[in-house]
Formats: sequence, C-alpha cells, structure tokens
Amino acid sequence: ERRALAKLQDPRTIRKIVAVDANAILAFAGLTADARVLVNKTRTEAQTYRLTVEDAPSMEYLARFIARTQQKYTQRGGVRPFGLSTLMAGFEDGAIGTKKKPVLYQTDPAGTHSSWKAQVIGGRNAKTLREFLEKNYEDNMTEEAVVKLIVKVLLEVVDSGAANMEVCVIRAGGRETMSEADVTKVVKVIEDEIEETQASAGAKKPAADA
Amino acid sequence: MGNYIASQTVKKVIEINPFLLGTMAGGAADCSFWERNLGMQCRLYELRNKKRISVAAASKLLANTMNSYRGYGLSMGTMVTGWDETGPQLYYVDNDGTRLHGNLFSVGSGSTYAYGILDTHYRNDLTVEEAIDLGKRAIYHATHRDAASGGINNLYHVTKDGWKKIHAIDVNDMHYEFAEEKKTSMSS
Repeated sequence: ERRALAKLQDPRTIRKIVAVDANAILAFAGLTADARVLVNKTRTEAQTYRLTVEDAPSMEYLARFIARTQQKYTQRGGVRPFGLSTLMAGFEDGAIGTKKKPVLYQTDPAGTHSSWKAQVIGGRNAKTLREFLEKNYEDNMTEEAVVKLIVKVLLEVVDSGAANMEVCVIRAGGRETMSEADVTKVVKVIEDEIEETQASAGAKKPAADA
Repeated sequence: MGNYIASQTVKKVIEINPFLLGTMAGGAADCSFWERNLGMQCRLYELRNKKRISVAAASKLLANTMNSYRGYGLSMGTMVTGWDETGPQLYYVDNDGTRLHGNLFSVGSGSTYAYGILDTHYRNDLTVEEAIDLGKRAIYHATHRDAASGGINNLYHVTKDGWKKIHAIDVNDMHYEFAEEKKTSMSS
C-alpha cells in the first residue's frame, strides 16, 4: 500500500519496493528512514559478497544478513532497533540441474528471519489479511493469478484503488514495477467479478421467494 | 641459516578438505599456517551456508588475506585446486595477493624446469595415466636441476568425488627410473 501522494510530490521518489541486488527486491513496513539505512547496508553487503565469492548472494544469505543486522541493534548500547519489518523476494537455485525457484523471506525488528509462500506485513489488518491469503493461496499459481490475489488483498485495506498501490513483479529474468494503468486493469477485473457474483446472488434470491 | 635444508620430508600438499587441495612453496610456516586457516574459513562457510565453498571463493579468501598482510614479509606461493559445481578449478595465489585462474601452473624455485616439461607434453585431452606421468616427470626434472627443490613427490588426482592420493615417491628413487628410460630410448 502506498500512501496517497500530494499533488506536488514526485511519485518516483517515494518507492516502497526497492532493488537490493540484480534479482532481489525488498519491500518494508515501518519507518522509511530506517529502511533507507538498512537497505543501503544490504546493498553494500550484496556487492561485497559478489567481490569476495565471485558469485551472486542467495536470497537466504541476504535475509540472514538483514536479520543479523537488525538483531545487533537490539543488543548494543546507545542504539535503538530498526523500526521496520522487511519482505524480500527473489529466486534461488534449487538442486543442480533444476530451475530457479521463487522465494520470499521476512525479517522483523527482533532479528528473526523466515521463509514464506505468501505473506502480508504492516498496517493494523495484517492478521486478517494473512488469513485471507491462507484461504486463497494455492501452490503453482500463474503470474496473472498471483497478481490478482495480491491486488485483491490490497483492495481490502485501500479505498481509492490503483492510485494507492505499488505492485512489483519479480521473475527469474528480472523485476518489473507495474504501471498504474496495468494495476487499474486488474482492479477493474476484480471489481467486475465482485459485481457478477453479487448479481447472480441477487438473481437467486427472488427465485427462492417465488 | 642460508641454504640449509632442514627437512626432506615436509608434506608440500595440504589437504584443506576432502574436495580442496593447496600446495606449498616459499615459506613453510606461512603456507601451512594460512592454508590451515583457509580450511577453518571453508568449514565455517559450509556451516553457515549449508553447501561446500567454491574453489573461486576459497582461493579469493586466501588471496584477500595475503593482500591484507602485504608488506609484512609473508612468503607463500600456492595453488588452490578442487572440484565444485562449476567443475574442476585451479587457482594460483601468492603472498602479494596475486590470484590467477588457469589450467596449468608450476610454482617455486624449480618451476621453470617443470614448465619446460609441462609445456612440451601438455595436451587438454590427456588420459589420467598420461597426466600422472607428466606431473611426475615435471617434478623429477625440477628437483634434478634445482638444488632447492627435492624431497618427496606427493601426487594427487582431483575428481568430482574429491581428491585421491596417487603416490608419494622419493625423487631420488625416481632418478634411476628415468635413467633407465634414457638408456632404452638412446639404444633404440
């Protein structure tokens, strides 16, 4: 969810989903300023890893790094914990010879990290939305189905539609932030579906009465 | 102590782990200490990342260590080799922090003599037996001519399942084997 922009604000400077490495993106919930510091440390760590190991860091490594960093700030004097949770998405190598598989990692201010099939962080309704996800998530969904599910989840909390959403898709080949026009299209599809189910439910009721 | 040879039985190939080998040339203390230290770093990598370290990364760790001690007078010329996800790999690392990737290296005071033999007979389609013979021959010729080279020839073969020790032959015994060879080739 993206907070409504003031008319005079440039939307490109308020991105909540950022790139951390060539094929790793990070979204956060919490203090934006703390996020900037943490993301910068992670970006530097990813490059240092590439320099010393001559290979890309795995998503698990980056998640572990962020979690370790967040934990450090809970056990040192004169500092306060980072006020944010992160959700990191990317692709990881499977066994040798298999395709890369998508992974999602979450970290929190305590410094724990865990892997998820689907997850929601932030806001007051995270728990209800997580239950919504659990009901509607299926394994091996297509990209279209996943985007639709995500937009459905966001629509539960966002009133004004696509203007208040930021959707970023990461594929094995790269990442893409969806344009507002594309998000609006998905919103329209969902809204049409809701109308349809309501109309058919309405049609059934008169038949029951008669 | 100058040119005093303290021991002829020093093991110049260090077994870092069942899939990684390091050779020793230069200062014996520097080589054995830092390669054992590398072994520790490789094990920590395995524990943290749940997979074996690549040869590129292991050699880089050693090269970076050498770089941070530049100017302290370390003396080490080593080759790090092993078999990882990308196949068999060979890296040369020395005390300046130089790190080079290659198919063939010879390191140490007798390296030039060994290069002569290697470069004459190396092909990229050698059989295992031919390669073992070539390595043995190169070491023999280097130790024959270079006073500072000698001792035991420890020969290893690296495969996808790890390294295997082939033999440990005293180079002085090798002399008579090659002398026989010369005799028979001269007479024919």
